[in-house]
Amino acid sequence: MVVYGVALLAFCMLTGIFLGDLLGQLIGVDANVGGIGIAMLLLIFMANIKNSFFEINLLTKSGVNFWSAMYIPIVVAMAAKQNVLAAISGGWMALIAGVLTVIISFMMIPVLYKLIKRN
Amino acid sequence: MILDTLSNALTNNAIITAFFFVGLVTAISYWISTNLTNGYLHGSAIAIALGLLMAYFGGHLTGGDKGLADIPIFTGIGILGGAMFRDFAIVATAFGVDLKHLKNAGLIGAISVVFGVALSFFIGAIVAVMFGYNDAISITTIGAGAATYIVGPVTGTALSASTEIIALSVAVGLIKSILVMIVTPFVAPYIKLNNAESAMIFGGLMGTTSGVAGGLAATDPKLVPYGAMTATFYTGVGCLLAPSVLFLIVRALVS
Repeated sequence: MVVYGVALLAFCMLTGIFLGDLLGQLIGVDANVGGIGIAMLLLIFMANIKNSFFEINLLTKSGVNFWSAMYIPIVVAMAAKQNVLAAISGGWMALIAGVLTVIISFMMIPVLYKLIKRN
Repeated sequence: MILDTLSNALTNNAIITAFFFVGLVTAISYWISTNLTNGYLHGSAIAIALGLLMAYFGGHLTGGDKGLADIPIFTGIGILGGAMFRDFAIVATAFGVDLKHLKNAGLIGAISVVFGVALSFFIGAIVAVMFGYNDAISITTIGAGAATYIVGPVTGTALSASTEIIALSVAVGLIKSILVMIVTPFVAPYIKLNNAESAMIFGGLMGTTSGVAGGLAATDPKLVPYGAMTATFYTGVGCLLAPSVLFLIVRALVS
């Protein structure tokens, strides 16, 4: 059933966030550490399980795929709720710091990629 | 009277209004993409840019901090575009992930996240120094803001920085996040952001979940899970490193 897919997704996300919060507390940080990453790994793991008790069928898949397809519309909504005004009113220092960070980080992507490929 | 009734219908069903509104914006964006740019600008890139533009006007009109979502009939945009649904959709994109690509993930991810936090932090810190800040707390807080707009205030609060400095660190992080959303599809071909590994490095270096989510959506949605996977660790690592190791380094350099 479609709802199994949605529930599976919810289960993975809640478990991930829970573990991410625990991980944060463990290292003494007031933030969730990698919760969504853990949730993604858990979903990938569960998607690859195949036995007689647990197998993801086509309808279950469509429950997950719907939310995957909703990703871009959600990102559009996310863009529309950003605090763009505060970003722009931050003044020159905020602008220069933000722009430089982005430019240099972009330039480092191919450098890091080559480094990792070589090893 | 008709307008009041309409406004009530839209406000009372906020998230349904958001579904319709986002669909409309997407449709307009794809129309612009094919008819005005001949497909050169991707529809989702235009939709994200339109979203940001509307967020600016929303902030201008209401003085709030949630962009368009502060206008009563658009409160649903705030729910649909909030962290809860964003993360739900990000997790869902992992369903199509190829396990082969994730084999080296641990190493690539760890390197790029730690390197990315330090890189952004020091660029922010150097700019702060150039603008005349000379105390370790302010420099560290602004540097942390260059990591993400969450790392900034978390670090500033931990070091008891002034509220103006914390607000400034949020502004730096917001600029970074918005720039990454807009610029990524344009620079992607030049930095070979077209495969799983480089998407992971991208997520680890940029770290802003919103920026990475928006940037990859407009570039190639297939890359989203790889970039998001590393980006999701970034804020946590930033909150760990900025008020501790990185602050100590700054304090040693300043005095």
